[in-house]
Amino acid sequence: MKKSLILLFCTCTVVVQAQKFIAEKSAVSFFSKATIEDIKADNAKSSSIFNSETGEIAFSFPIKEFKFDKKLMQEHFNEKYMDSEKYPKSTFQGKIIDYQMTGTGAQSVKAQGKLTIHGITKDIDVPGTFEVEGNKITMKSKFMVKLEDYEVPRPQLLWKNIAEEIEISIDFTFKPYEAK
Amino acid sequence: MKQNRLAALLLLFSTSLYGQDLLNELEKTTKPSTEYTAATFKGSRLINGQTVETRGRGELEFIFAHRFGRINSGAYELFGLDQAYVRIGLEYGITDRLNVGMGRNSVDKTMDGYLRYKVVSQSSVARSMPVTITAFGIAGVKTSPRKEDATFDIQFNDRLSYTGQLLIARKINSNLSLQLMPTFVHKNLVDKSIEKNDQVALGIGGRLKVTRSIALTSEYYHRFDVVPGNPYYNPLGFGVDIETGGHVFQLVMTNTRGLTERAYLTETTGDFFNGDIHLGFNVTRTFQLKKQK
Repeated sequence: MKKSLILLFCTCTVVVQAQKFIAEKSAVSFFSKATIEDIKADNAKSSSIFNSETGEIAFSFPIKEFKFDKKLMQEHFNEKYMDSEKYPKSTFQGKIIDYQMTGTGAQSVKAQGKLTIHGITKDIDVPGTFEVEGNKITMKSKFMVKLEDYEVPRPQLLWKNIAEEIEISIDFTFKPYEAK
Repeated sequence: MKQNRLAALLLLFSTSLYGQDLLNELEKTTKPSTEYTAATFKGSRLINGQTVETRGRGELEFIFAHRFGRINSGAYELFGLDQAYVRIGLEYGITDRLNVGMGRNSVDKTMDGYLRYKVVSQSSVARSMPVTITAFGIAGVKTSPRKEDATFDIQFNDRLSYTGQLLIARKINSNLSLQLMPTFVHKNLVDKSIEKNDQVALGIGGRLKVTRSIALTSEYYHRFDVVPGNPYYNPLGFGVDIETGGHVFQLVMTNTRGLTERAYLTETTGDFFNGDIHLGFNVTRTFQLKKQK
């Protein structure tokens, strides 16, 4: 019994080593353009794992790690709008489509899957670029998210402060993943 | 046989999981980091007294606090609205943990200066800490009466008072936060027949969020070892916090008109349950002078 488990574990890890990539560097930011104030926040603590054989990919974005210029704004973002104690992470789970591991230069690809923000999951389909360099992969994307779709409230009194749609940019570099 | 079946089942299970739940695998690869609890209270003031909250580095908070007269003073005084006691103050974040502040309260024309230091922050996951603890120390100078108006030869030292507090708070959940405030007050000059130079109190307070922007608050300080014949009351207050962007409005009802530690802790003149209630508000506006990054 024990032996078979160990065997199972070994085969699994071997397979994993061969085709999975994990993010070594991540940059996620969002940008809200509005008349009174443009708001930008950056997150360098996101994580991702990519299966180059199946194209499957998962992202995890810790909400509290979005850094704003103004501390109070960051506090309000977490406490009043994103409910980050209740929903500490946003995630994406889906597939990269039309990529080639053998290709050179930036390839135009699509990501399809389920984006979860503020506890609400929606199917999205966004464009991006995919680039293989040596054993590293870089993925970039820029897309719009409508706050209403994810039931993220907007301030009532200062409604002009936050745009209805915010722009999200992601820039991830992956390296081969070796499970320990 | 049984073992084989189990192994087969496990294999089946693991292969079906494999690839499907990449997200779970991702969670396993990320090390848990310490999560600090934010926004235990909306502002640096609970009712009259302090909270564990500190301004972040480079943040400047302007505080305007105001107490009307007593609501039981009758229609002639427009239920207290004819009178006003004001404190105007500033607080600045030197670091995220260390704040310095100053202000002036019209009650006894008191100037104050203080330091606030967040000793530990409530946190969970990697490093777990059940409470946030902030140390608060304030010195006050009572500039009234003037030397020429005083009935005795008043010295500068006689005008001084000091208060030290430990503010211990726990955000129980997103909506409920509670705070304990062991407090020590020293007044250089007192009327020994009614009070001591050194006085001790324990405060308890809390806030309950009712909507995203509105919270109910309350605060009570119990003084210990009070000299018999002391005419003062323990300060009690209830309030509503309303937050809009960079402003916090706190509407309060309390039995004290004092807005510095000495005044509200040791010289509260109103009996809350006799209707000696002052309406008032604290308004804060925060300015970010230095960017966070």
